[in-house]
Amino acid sequence: MSTAIGRPLDRVDGPAKVTGAGRYSAEIALPGLAHAVLVTSRVPSGRVELLDTYDAERAEGVLAVLHHLNLPKGGSVPPLLPSLFGGPASGQTFFPMQDEVIHYAGQHLAMVVAETLDQAEHAARLVRVTYQETASITTVEQGRDRAYEPEKIFAGFMPGRTTRGDAAAALDRAQVTVENTYHCAANHHNPIECSATTAVWEGDRLTLYDGTQGPNATLHTVAELLNVMPSHIRVVTNHVGGSFGCKAMIWDHPALAALAARAVHRPVRLALSREQMFSSVGHREEQEQRLTLGADRDGRLTAIRHHKLSPTSHFDDWAEPSLGVASQMYACPNYEGVYHLIKANTMTPTFTRCPGEASGMFVMETAMDELAEKLDLDPLELRLRNYAENEPTTGHPWSSKGLRDCYRRGAELARWSERDPRPGTVRDGNWLLGWGMASSAYPVTPPGGPQRARARIFADGSAVVQSSFADFGTGSATAMTQVAADGLGLPLERVRVQYGDSDLPNTAAAVGSAGAGMVSAAVHIAATALRDQLIAQAVADERSPLHGADPRQVVVGDGRMALRDRPGTGETYAELLQRSFMADAEALGTWNPPGMETRAASMTFGAQFAQVAVDPELGLCRVRQLIGVFDPGRVLNRKTAHSQLMGGMLWGMSHALLEGTIMGPDGRWANASLGEYLVPVNADAPDVLIETIETTDTVVNPLGVKGVGEVGMVGTAAAIANAIWHATGRRHHKLPITVEDLL
Amino acid sequence: MRPVSYSRVTDVATAIATVAADPTSAYLAGGTTKVDMLRIYAEPSQRLVDINDLPIDHIEVQPDGAVRLGGLARMNDVALAPVVVDRFPMLSEALLLGASAQLRNMASMGGNMLQRVRCSYFRDAEAICNKREPGTGCSAIAGVNRGHAVLGTSPHCIATHPSDAAVALVALDAMIHYQNSGGHHAVAIDDFFLLPGDTPEREHPLNHGDLITAIEVPALPAARNSLYLKVRDRESYEFALASAACALTVTDGTVSEVRLALGGVATKPWRARKAEHVLRGAPATRETFTRAAEAELADAVPQTMNAFKIELARRTIVRALETLTARGGAV
Repeated sequence: MSTAIGRPLDRVDGPAKVTGAGRYSAEIALPGLAHAVLVTSRVPSGRVELLDTYDAERAEGVLAVLHHLNLPKGGSVPPLLPSLFGGPASGQTFFPMQDEVIHYAGQHLAMVVAETLDQAEHAARLVRVTYQETASITTVEQGRDRAYEPEKIFAGFMPGRTTRGDAAAALDRAQVTVENTYHCAANHHNPIECSATTAVWEGDRLTLYDGTQGPNATLHTVAELLNVMPSHIRVVTNHVGGSFGCKAMIWDHPALAALAARAVHRPVRLALSREQMFSSVGHREEQEQRLTLGADRDGRLTAIRHHKLSPTSHFDDWAEPSLGVASQMYACPNYEGVYHLIKANTMTPTFTRCPGEASGMFVMETAMDELAEKLDLDPLELRLRNYAENEPTTGHPWSSKGLRDCYRRGAELARWSERDPRPGTVRDGNWLLGWGMASSAYPVTPPGGPQRARARIFADGSAVVQSSFADFGTGSATAMTQVAADGLGLPLERVRVQYGDSDLPNTAAAVGSAGAGMVSAAVHIAATALRDQLIAQAVADERSPLHGADPRQVVVGDGRMALRDRPGTGETYAELLQRSFMADAEALGTWNPPGMETRAASMTFGAQFAQVAVDPELGLCRVRQLIGVFDPGRVLNRKTAHSQLMGGMLWGMSHALLEGTIMGPDGRWANASLGEYLVPVNADAPDVLIETIETTDTVVNPLGVKGVGEVGMVGTAAAIANAIWHATGRRHHKLPITVEDLL
Repeated sequence: MRPVSYSRVTDVATAIATVAADPTSAYLAGGTTKVDMLRIYAEPSQRLVDINDLPIDHIEVQPDGAVRLGGLARMNDVALAPVVVDRFPMLSEALLLGASAQLRNMASMGGNMLQRVRCSYFRDAEAICNKREPGTGCSAIAGVNRGHAVLGTSPHCIATHPSDAAVALVALDAMIHYQNSGGHHAVAIDDFFLLPGDTPEREHPLNHGDLITAIEVPALPAARNSLYLKVRDRESYEFALASAACALTVTDGTVSEVRLALGGVATKPWRARKAEHVLRGAPATRETFTRAAEAELADAVPQTMNAFKIELARRTIVRALETLTARGGAV
């Protein structure tokens, strides 16, 4: 019986957030709290020759200045594993302040701990670092000659090279080809809440208040870094002010906060500054992609060759998988995808919303638009001719695919059939108008291990459902309340979801758009297990009106168990528990996800349409409308799901037109502030129209939730770039597309 | 943050005496730039004298039609004052296209004139910068300089003047009134803003302790047909890549009166006198406008990343003039 799932319920954590009552990790008030501030490297490469802490140590309020010469050594750096696996998830296999070697600008060199934040910041400025600087490589251009082909990328989980058929031979024979080189600027996540950890030791037990996508990921990573038993660490994540991937992996600051707290024997808060966020928590790497499409004259793809070149750190072979979804989108017998990496003076890049999908599908979907132009075919028709009925790399069937319906409905909303295919034909004053479209897709990836939740009902009939997941602004706490209410057969107001605490039943980090699917599975299983347990107790209880009934014929609604056929016969949970002198009852729910091998055949699909206005004389582009239609499987909460999709599409717009982190010639990010790294303001936001087509998916997880966290951003940049071509007749092969490109 | 001391004053004479007596002190008005700068160690003041209680925040119409804007008048109050909206639309628009509503409610007109450049090397306390530390060099010339100036630059500094309002005021021939222990003084706004030359640390002729008390905008009937056109990367809350403040009167198809100043492309709010010279008395056509724009940008010097600004500035000038012509600059 489903009454709560799907409803556009307001956020359960909304009032706490908007009134300021909710405490973020940098707002935890503790007696004796001290503040740590990081000192970072000005240079991208070399050694620390001298770290002069004399003045800093003597500044007012300073408790300690920690660096490679005095920081106590702990355990070992765990391997780079995605936090979806549920274990240690270090963002890079490097831990700072162990020696004097500098690998990248912004590397953490020292940490000043003081009574107040202002004192710590001031003393951090007084630490004088003398560098022995060496030559550095920080861009694709500088490192092009040193590129190599890695065996594996993405933490070792994806091959560096993927082929099917014979792409080279097929391209030679292709009747039509499109070939371009594309450049995408680096991006940073820039959530409003900068990362922060507050660390408290009580004896050998550690509590960390940490802004993270996965409290357990923090727990396991810090346990290994500090060589502390996981049983002795608790991670609390009350509220998180956005993440977008920068809190998906665990960086060095939670462990550093714990080390600082141990050094000064007091609770310590370590909050990163906005500038430090640009070189402390990963980024989407700068990248160059070269894509060649081959097709026959009917528009059927015969070959795809897709190469990528990008810088990674000295420590890890990381590239976001830009070739992934682009290789799964269309039926095509011949394919070659190759990653090339450059060892550079950068930290290890990381998951950034749509890691690979956004950049790779920008390239694939703008190339498809060019192919359509060459073939004189409607861009939507070209996509339908190459529709992948099965997953192209494995041939497996899709767990569900509503893409045809997304295309049809999106085209209807965009009045696509009325579009004049010729570019540059529609004018509105100084503005040229254009319409473009693109496909969207994002993989459904199961977590690496069992996911758990606990449901507990009290004798008054109210319930609490517990699971360790964090709500980092996605609305998961709200959606899980709905799942729990339906599973238990209780009204929403009688259910509280407790979350954001590693002491609660285990879940992996909610990353890769997998959070709703995996946590709802655990919550649903726990809630229905408790429901079934109480039904079983009732039918076995001679004093119950349900005594002797077939439990399969008992349904629950509004906290009352009753016979399906005779709703008059039944009793409430409260009546059962009170009569039995039970203060509560509880059940643990465990979801064992399907293995990783099935992931290739599950994706959330979508179709996006954009209308833009371009003033070619002044180089301005304004997006007037975005339309997105998606097939996310079951929607748990219409409001939060649409908000996720809308946020994704707006970020896609920003990816297309605004966002880019610029590497300066000194090897440092040159625009490490929200004043210079531009994200859209409300005035940039167009009318965004979103619809979801609910598809039934019985493979991905018990409730058939495919996820909406990222797919909204996939394809938006391409739809906009294609619309710019339609407005002006000019193609753009770079992101972001800015004034100087449009002039 | 570096420790600072703070005090509040309620009359102009005390304010001036307090700041003039202490070279490490500074006035604190809206604080929308000053406090940021202190937090990033790009500003050395150790003592802040809060002048927000001084009675210099009025907007007054003078008998001769001039408008006098108090040094502490807030950007939003000036932008929305009916006399400014009616008589000097370019100033109202320039103010409203600057910053954000929250900042405009705080920021003062005097502070706007004295705001520091947005060059990221100037704002990075550890970077080399002639403006912050004379004689050390300019990091921007070999650095990331997409937003930097193409007019009025020197080998010592290429930072763009960030103000929008000052661009309109330069076009309007405003006067800057200031006061010090020696009494009241006034300086024409075009002389107030200094080119960097080999002293980029000197941005205006004020001495330590001088206080801007008012900005006087002389009457200019032609300004009723004026606009401020701002081209930037996003729709709001962002500095100009190129902007134009322009007033235009066209009589019988000929430009009879014109005022033009540029923002976003120069080291000071840039009065486009060469363009005005070409325009005055010439036919109000796209050809004239283009010629005027080319004359003004003839001496522009591109840096490694901002050559596009030269063409963008030309097109911005032409668009501003065409818009005003179409809007009814003809009499």
